[in-house]
Amino acid sequence: MLQDRVAIAGIGATPFAKRLAGSELRLALDAILAALDDAGVAPGEVDGLASYTMESSDEVEVAKCLGLGDVTFFTQVGWGGGAGPACVGQLALAIAAGQCRVGVAWRSRKRGSGGRPWAVSAGTGVAAQWTRPHGLLRPADEIALLTRRWMHETGAGREALAAVALACRNAARRNPAAIMRERPLTRDEYLAARWISEPLCLLDCCLETDGALACVLVSRERARDLRRPPVLVHAFAQGLPRQSHAMVNYWGDDPLRGPSYTCAEALWRQAAFEPADLDVAQLYDAFTPLVLWSLEGYGLCERGEAAAFAESGALELGGRLPVNTSGGGLSEAYVHGFNLILEGVRQLRGESTGQVPDAETCLVTGGEGVPTSALLLRRGG
Amino acid sequence: MTAPGGFALGALLPPIAAEAAPFWDGARRGALWVQRCAETGRLFFPPRPTSPYAPRAAPEWVRVSGLATIWSWCVPHPPLLPPFDALSPYAVLLVALDEDPRVRMVGDWVARPGAPPGPPPRDLAIGAPVRAVFEPVSPELHLLRWTPRDPTDSEGGSR
Repeated sequence: MLQDRVAIAGIGATPFAKRLAGSELRLALDAILAALDDAGVAPGEVDGLASYTMESSDEVEVAKCLGLGDVTFFTQVGWGGGAGPACVGQLALAIAAGQCRVGVAWRSRKRGSGGRPWAVSAGTGVAAQWTRPHGLLRPADEIALLTRRWMHETGAGREALAAVALACRNAARRNPAAIMRERPLTRDEYLAARWISEPLCLLDCCLETDGALACVLVSRERARDLRRPPVLVHAFAQGLPRQSHAMVNYWGDDPLRGPSYTCAEALWRQAAFEPADLDVAQLYDAFTPLVLWSLEGYGLCERGEAAAFAESGALELGGRLPVNTSGGGLSEAYVHGFNLILEGVRQLRGESTGQVPDAETCLVTGGEGVPTSALLLRRGG
Repeated sequence: MTAPGGFALGALLPPIAAEAAPFWDGARRGALWVQRCAETGRLFFPPRPTSPYAPRAAPEWVRVSGLATIWSWCVPHPPLLPPFDALSPYAVLLVALDEDPRVRMVGDWVARPGAPPGPPPRDLAIGAPVRAVFEPVSPELHLLRWTPRDPTDSEGGSR
């Protein structure tokens, strides 16, 4: 188990926008250099790399362009938005095991200007032949179908989804880097937004963003000598539940018991603290219902109670469990969830624009609805 | 791949997996077929080369009634791709089969056999009974859709 042996010592990001100049590789290099500068580590020291299978800037190009050292651990994690915390977690395991000493994890994506995958690809694996010929085309459609069932089983209404959208937007309004910084949102505006796939409206869906982010990992001992306050990787887990399908998780015994349940069980088993001890959480939010399902899956509230929890204001800054305090994928930027990792680090450094006072612990999750991953981060010292 | 009604799926039809061929053969004959575990007898879907309940025993294929109940649905709105942009809003159902409600299938809601997908009635409900119909969109491809059951559809309603 990791148990605080590895630290995140540096973070870096490009600006976020609907369209940025430069290739995904260029953006990746900018973000990685910013993270190395933040940590005070030279590129030649980097010997571990981790990113997503969907990442276009591969490790050979990155190492070549940045003059990295001899790389002795490199990995790519699959399943889109489920991969983010696993990039950090697998790198941390490699550092703890002595496979490498200085690791970089990153994600660069021109999802804002670079086109929509659902419009050009043949869909997700072999399951696509059972969905796309019926006009179930987009991630929003796939999740909308589960959302209606969740509403039916729990009695939740759109108010619960609105509570997630509003919490993220309110946090983004304090964050100069957030795309929605200048766009206030009211409950009435949420309820009047156009449908994308009933019961999901436009404001239930994440942004379409160009941007890149990176972080630097080292051992806890090395981190003590670096310039930034270390944030410790307390625990890491992945989750691929039995009989699950990515996005179209329609064929298990209980489709609403998503990957977060499997991941949560492995995560909390390793932790020295409990869900009730969390100060803040960054929950993957490609769609508003994913946040509610993660609240239930990770044990942050009881199953069936996420709607009431969200509607009570718990997710807002100052609430019982502030989530997505930079605005998340819904209102800061959608870069496959990597911005949630960086916001977790900022919270535990005490430098978030939506700072939770004296935050010591943070949960960061990958996408619910796909094979997923999660991190528990802890303030170093 | 255009049907008489002009329903061209084009690139939206991904490659059909070899192990799914009996499903599509059945669809062309107007019948719904699923796999069954040879050891446990449990039905499962989508098709695969092995039974998840006894992966060393080759799965069997069995015909089921085509009767099901609605488990959930969504109603897509633009932006969409042809031909679905012109059909929107339409309802995509996920149904649970009568033979084993743990076996679920996706398909568009249609008001009656042969009707195009379209907006669902206001009283469409989770748990409502439906039956399978198969729409020929090409000689090779007949698409599974779901329509309200008739009172006479107590069994064998997939004709």
